[in-house]
Amino acid sequence: MKKLFIIFLLNIFYINESFALIEVDITRGNLDPLPIAVSPLHVDVKSENFNDVKVKNLGNNISEIIENNFRATGLFNPLKKESFVQKPDIAHLKPRFEDWRLIKAQALVTGKILIKEGKLKIEFRLWDLAAAKEMTALAFTTTPSNWRRVAHIISDKIYERLTGEEGYFDTRIIYVAESGLKSQRVKKLAIMDQDGANTKYLTLGNELVLTPRFNPTNQMVTYMSYFRNMPRVYLLDIETGTQEIVGNFPGMTFAPRFSPDGKKIVMSFAKDGNSDIYTMDIETRVVERISDHSSIDTSPSFSPDGKFITFNSDRSGLQQIYVMKSDGSEVKRITFGNGIYGTPVWSPRGDLIAFTKMRKGRFYIGVMRTDGTGERLLTENYYQEAPSWSPNGRVIVFYRETKAGLKGEGFSAKLWSIDITGYNERELKTETDASDPSWSSLLTK
Amino acid sequence: MIKSLIYSLTFHSVMILLTILSLPFMLREPIDLPPIVSVELIQISDKTNIPFAPKARKIIEENKKKEEERLVSEQAPPSAKAKEKPDRIPLPNDKKEEKKIVKKKQNPEEVKPEIRQSSEFEKKKIVDTNQIAALIDKAKEEKAVKQKNKAKITQSSQKNSFATGLTLSEEDALRAQIFGCWSVPLGLPYDENLLVRIKLNLKKDGTIMKSEILDHQRMNRPGQKFYKVLAESALRAVRLCQPLKVPPTGYDKWKEIQLNFNPTEMLRG
Repeated sequence: MKKLFIIFLLNIFYINESFALIEVDITRGNLDPLPIAVSPLHVDVKSENFNDVKVKNLGNNISEIIENNFRATGLFNPLKKESFVQKPDIAHLKPRFEDWRLIKAQALVTGKILIKEGKLKIEFRLWDLAAAKEMTALAFTTTPSNWRRVAHIISDKIYERLTGEEGYFDTRIIYVAESGLKSQRVKKLAIMDQDGANTKYLTLGNELVLTPRFNPTNQMVTYMSYFRNMPRVYLLDIETGTQEIVGNFPGMTFAPRFSPDGKKIVMSFAKDGNSDIYTMDIETRVVERISDHSSIDTSPSFSPDGKFITFNSDRSGLQQIYVMKSDGSEVKRITFGNGIYGTPVWSPRGDLIAFTKMRKGRFYIGVMRTDGTGERLLTENYYQEAPSWSPNGRVIVFYRETKAGLKGEGFSAKLWSIDITGYNERELKTETDASDPSWSSLLTK
Repeated sequence: MIKSLIYSLTFHSVMILLTILSLPFMLREPIDLPPIVSVELIQISDKTNIPFAPKARKIIEENKKKEEERLVSEQAPPSAKAKEKPDRIPLPNDKKEEKKIVKKKQNPEEVKPEIRQSSEFEKKKIVDTNQIAALIDKAKEEKAVKQKNKAKITQSSQKNSFATGLTLSEEDALRAQIFGCWSVPLGLPYDENLLVRIKLNLKKDGTIMKSEILDHQRMNRPGQKFYKVLAESALRAVRLCQPLKVPPTGYDKWKEIQLNFNPTEMLRG
């Protein structure tokens, strides 16, 4: 018994000693963009010439698109190609990690392109240079003309692997392309890749168009158009080009947006100076009144789970942001700050609401939690509004207008994007002036 | 005329008297100011529990006594500390220790770098940090007293608090180094438990012999991709940082070290 007791005591002593491991808590890190090397993709010699596609240049083109995507995030720092030591073909097989570490790269992207049976095959590998191991490797086969999209998909895969969240590169942005004098603006619906390439115009510009929004599958767009001077909400099928009026409302409908399941459209309907929020089921055409108040309720936006709707209303005097259940019950005001709040948009992640705030003649784009707390104003300018979220809830796109002279000179409207941290504000290149952007979800899931 | 002369004489004599009386004050030696002690401001953590005052006083007194003894030993030829490796664990057996002293004398050339570098002025101020650590942490009192006893016999020059791990400044240096190497993946959710614990086996120069993510099973579980990304970024940081800034001595204490990476505070902004 005594022995046992002694053994027990010794054990306790031993355990105490063995737990004397030094622990250091690391609670901070740096926010510098991650240095990444994107080696030009190696083109298989046999595949260099294929019909009218210059496959030879694709290696460089694809790596450039990937680099531009990464640079635009503000989270990565693509290194200059001049500093690369290893050739693309060898790097793709087995990179010499020391060479890449020498130029301070932490991650490396390599790839290979070949044409096989008339199809373009692109493979890529992502390498962790510090650990000297492969992180991910994938191959895509597609028609050769589709190479740009493959570059975006590769960017998404790498982004996801390195940050843990979904990418947003294989996406499109729909917006209102503007041209002409300020007083005689021609407004067309336009669609482009998120990096500004492949712009297509969906309407001719005969009617004024506003607030286009994608449905969850990115095939349909709902928007407001002044057809025969009657502002109404329309539905447009991008593939077929067919359009139709949404609902049979005896008045003006505006500010449409799809529900997260894509089955309903939520919008404002104005009659006799009062506007309320309505939904319409696209299949059954059943219209439902959601809000019922003598004030102007508009800009509705569903939460990603479809359980709530945020909107702005002037029921308290000044325009403020409210949240209600999707059946219209339990209306709660969530903004109480100084100024006017509008255009609330629920983040796809569900944790934040983006908004426009007007105060003392200045316009702000900001985000806050869904209960109205934690308001953060990300950017301030003379005039800017209409925030729209990237599909991963990380970036906000909006438009900004410059101050015009008396005759409208110096006026311009451009699309801008900003990270929800408030950093990395940049202009998106568009062919013409642009407003009212709306970001699609990922084209390939 | 005589009157004014008397006035002048008395006035002057008073002046002279005053001067004589006040001069010794002026001749006094300047106040002997103690040397400036640099103080490092640290965050109060759960490790800094102030112990009971009487116990603390006892230890301080004992410490003073020991200091006097040590000052003598410090001035002794360096041979006493020869051959003693910085990372050597003090042996508990008294007899063995005595034997060691004899051995050390046979090898007087080898001097511990720590001692070589300290000047006479510094030596006067040498304080056993173990004792201070003990003052801060009640739980370590006993351990420190034990070590003090050993030190008496071995004339050990172990000054740092390796018994309790790294000193705060050493820990800060290591932390600051890793801060610089760690690119935090910013897309991580801030409301999840994302603590990544990495155990490192280090070489004496601070390079990594082996690194192990303690909860590595979690990395491959479905729905834990954020954890995986964070764990990888933490590993990358450690690898990029090597050789780690580790103390030159006390290898046995830090040859195994655990780093807890937790970006929650940072992500919340």
